[in-house]
Amino acid sequence: MKMKKLSIYLFAIISIFLLTGCETNMVVFNPQGPNAETILGLINWSLLWMAIVIIVVMGMFITFIWKYRERPDNMDYEPPEEHGNTKWEIIWTAIPFLIVIALLIPNIQALYALEEVPEGYEDKEPITIHVTGADWKWIFSYPEEDIETVNYVNIPEDTPIIFKMTSAGTMQSFWVPALGGQKYAMAKMETELILTADNPGSYMGKNSNFNGPGYAEMEFEVLAQTQAEYDEWVEEVKERAPELTEEKYIELLKPTHLGRLTFNGTHLQWINHADPNSNSYTNPQLYYREHGYKGKTFDEEDNYKNADEMIENEHGGDSHHEH
Amino acid sequence: MNIKWDEFFVTGDPLILGAQISIVLTMVGIIALLTYLKRWTWLWREWLTTVDHKRIGIMYILSGVVMFFRGGIDGLMMKAQTAVPENEFLNAQHYNEVFTTHGVIMILFMAMPLLIGIMNVIIPLQIGARDVAFPQLNALSFWLFFSGAMLFNISFVIGGSPDAGWTSYFPMAGKEFSPSIGNNYYAIAIQIAGIGTLISGINFIVTILKMRTKGMTLMKMPMFSWTTLITSIIIVAAFPIFTVALALMTFDRLFGAHFFTVSGGGMDMLWANLFWLWGHPEVYIVVLPAFGIFSEIVSTFSRKRLFGYTSMVIAVAGIAFLSMLVWVHHFYTMGSGPAVNSVFSLTTMLIAVPTGIKMFNWLFTMRKGRINFSTPMLWTLAFIPCFLIGGTTGVMLAMAAADFQYHNTLFLVAHFHYTLIPGVVFAVFAALYYWWPKMFGHKLNEKIGKWHFWLFVIGFNFTFFPMFFLGLDGAVRRSFTYSAESGYGPLFLLSAIGSAVLAIGFAMFVYNIYWSIRHADRNISSDPWDARTLEWATASPVQDYNFAKLPEVKTLDAFWHMKKDNEGLTIEDKEIKDIHMPNNSGIPFFMGVVFTVAGFFLVFEWYIPAAIASLGIFAGLIIRSFDYNDGHHIHAEDVRKVERKWRNRKGEVHKHVG
Ligand code: HEM
Ligand SMILES: [Cu+2]
Ligand SMILES: [Cu+2]
Repeated sequence: MKMKKLSIYLFAIISIFLLTGCETNMVVFNPQGPNAETILGLINWSLLWMAIVIIVVMGMFITFIWKYRERPDNMDYEPPEEHGNTKWEIIWTAIPFLIVIALLIPNIQALYALEEVPEGYEDKEPITIHVTGADWKWIFSYPEEDIETVNYVNIPEDTPIIFKMTSAGTMQSFWVPALGGQKYAMAKMETELILTADNPGSYMGKNSNFNGPGYAEMEFEVLAQTQAEYDEWVEEVKERAPELTEEKYIELLKPTHLGRLTFNGTHLQWINHADPNSNSYTNPQLYYREHGYKGKTFDEEDNYKNADEMIENEHGGDSHHEH
Repeated sequence: MNIKWDEFFVTGDPLILGAQISIVLTMVGIIALLTYLKRWTWLWREWLTTVDHKRIGIMYILSGVVMFFRGGIDGLMMKAQTAVPENEFLNAQHYNEVFTTHGVIMILFMAMPLLIGIMNVIIPLQIGARDVAFPQLNALSFWLFFSGAMLFNISFVIGGSPDAGWTSYFPMAGKEFSPSIGNNYYAIAIQIAGIGTLISGINFIVTILKMRTKGMTLMKMPMFSWTTLITSIIIVAAFPIFTVALALMTFDRLFGAHFFTVSGGGMDMLWANLFWLWGHPEVYIVVLPAFGIFSEIVSTFSRKRLFGYTSMVIAVAGIAFLSMLVWVHHFYTMGSGPAVNSVFSLTTMLIAVPTGIKMFNWLFTMRKGRINFSTPMLWTLAFIPCFLIGGTTGVMLAMAAADFQYHNTLFLVAHFHYTLIPGVVFAVFAALYYWWPKMFGHKLNEKIGKWHFWLFVIGFNFTFFPMFFLGLDGAVRRSFTYSAESGYGPLFLLSAIGSAVLAIGFAMFVYNIYWSIRHADRNISSDPWDARTLEWATASPVQDYNFAKLPEVKTLDAFWHMKKDNEGLTIEDKEIKDIHMPNNSGIPFFMGVVFTVAGFFLVFEWYIPAAIASLGIFAGLIIRSFDYNDGHHIHAEDVRKVERKWRNRKGEVHKHVG
């Protein structure tokens, strides 16, 4: 009896949770672009079906445990030997199967749609921006404008942006929840993600794939601007921002936290980390923990320090094999 | 070899210093206690060298409970750290180590040993056998698991813990980004424990296929035996993949190979694929036995045969088959394209169908039953709504396009705790309450058990339900902190409070064990729940030889029908013959020790000592090969004495006539 009451309490509390949860403005439920909107449609569709499943199963659960509970007056009731019931078993195999299909079809449609420039934006000339994830910052290169930013990316509204993503080292996941779903950025590979902002505004972006001690702070801002504002920003960068040098770029790749940076010129003139044959820009010696036993590291032939005499090696004695 | 002693012990953190001191004190305490009570030979003879499946099972369970404590402390530390924004209780490095050890310990050193321990105790009894097929290998399995677990656990005080997540994705987990030795522990400790698990899998397959008692056809086997069989098959299919992956990881980290590295043409995605090719089946390895446990309990406490037994068997086999075909759902976001993602969405969602079948069969087992709300049944009942939430959110995650918004967020963390905690932890608690009398001859206290139950279940829901919303609001997993502006604070705090309640629940469990050992009624029958399967057709606690005479089976729920028809419950002196049993052996324990030592040297990249220590492994293999010891007999007269004693007690359904 007491237990029953407690469980009713529990459900009441959980449903209050659910309701208050829906009231807050959770970012996934507030899409600011077509990609996120497509996904939200899918999420809502699945929530509907899952709610039906939960209601049906919970209905049966509560009814059965209530109706067939042991009571002082039914102690001599001996339950029947029931082996099964083919009709019921077919029903509860078939219906979930149909639900799976009902969820699968829009899911497949969405999967294909998310890879394309969204419907209704085809006449807009898309902008390509290269994204390079590094420990622990995001580097954005605008090849057309020939500018590079760190930890923020400005984009014009209503324009599909083709993000071409790669990583200088660890695996990251590039995610701007208000604008759409995420995708990994991986070294010596290129992935592509198309995002569009419907409205001007500042949107939080982050790395969602754990990549070491600096991971929590690997966030960036997506600033969607009107076309005029955006053009003005580009103009200003071209005038004011310092030139990106190779030395400076290599410094950027070391495991650090940086604020926002802006440069003229992109690193693509020297290195595209998406190229499978590109040099590795790794610095193992910089990753030793403060405490704990240091293992040995390996000197790699294709490391930028070995492959390119052009770059002077500031950490001369670093490639240690000490043991 | 140049040992850097200054780096050997992890220093500089008061929490870790405290742990180091308490570890030393505990060890000194244990050694002193054993010496004082003169229990060393007892320990060696009765436990360390035992090959008895029941004792091995109990050692697994004990280790599992201790590991649950360790993993739980890790969980609480994370909850404490994220309870308020920008908290400084743990720094990033420490948090990373904590969630890594939490994940690995919970899955590999908590869930696995608890379930394998329960299988060990129960399976031979349930199929009417006197032991597993290879008792000494069984002991080896345990000692390898234990070796791996100990090696993994010392990492946080000696050398530094792994910190690349329980998934240890490359390239981060490689030497290019994690040059400290911490992640060597991952590669080597899990490898050692994994060999043990693989051996267990083989052992249980052979046991179940070859050692069922007379009349027990496969389709008359209890559900828990079925799920154990299928689980063992998945173990044998999936663990070798992990063995290979870990070996490649070891080559990369220790010898500078380039399987998964950024440099030298390595392929990080290969690790992710290999890991999850094992990792997804692994979650079914831990959840299927749990399904079996619930099936037994639902049927016993509803006093009804399991509804749809045949479809249950087919469903389990179906889940096992599908579980090998879904691994890509862990990285839909890797950019393999819509076609691949569509296929894996389908296979993943299809798992919902057999799982649904099981759910409905459990519900219909209770329908028309007479449901008794004892503690084991309470856990089973709580499992249904909680796992329902885990399952439905699982279907949501299976939709690849939607997963682009859930992936790597706390939504996912909430989902898998909603499957693993009801699916494994509730099941283990249910099983321990249910089979405790079988193992120790007394029940756990029902009243404390209910406190344990309610605190744990309520705490669990408060801990993890808020995480769904946090995830949908963009909170990512494995992040040691978050800003105050993010607005995540209140839900994180709620979740932290929930975890404290959960922890009190666990403490009640420990207290219950203590209380029951001291005060519980020893005068109970061998069948205290009026149960249905053969493990109850013998004494509690079970004698060495399990059954004086192997029972004969005519139907499913054999013991239930034996009781109904009053058949096979009585044994006569003349039916009792000498019983052949395997001898104890010190070799498995010895192997555990040399594996630990060799593993430890490898972790520290000290190759020559590692090579010398691994000679011990070969020595063990050779000694075993020339070991012609084939057991001993328990004499009929001794068996008769034991049987007479327990069977002729008051309230006992079993009888003995002289
Ligand atoms: C006892 C209560 C538990 C608590 C309070 C707890 C809490 C947590 C927390 C806070 C995280 C990390 C969230 C983050 O990403 O920052 C986590 C991760 C995880 N938990 Fe638990 N957990 C509990 C039980 C379990 C159990 C029983 C299992 C498995 C059987 C489990 C398996 C995992 C795994 C695999 C991870 C992922 C680790 C990783 O990210 O590498 N947990 N848990
Ligand atoms: Cu890739
Ligand atoms: Cu999976």
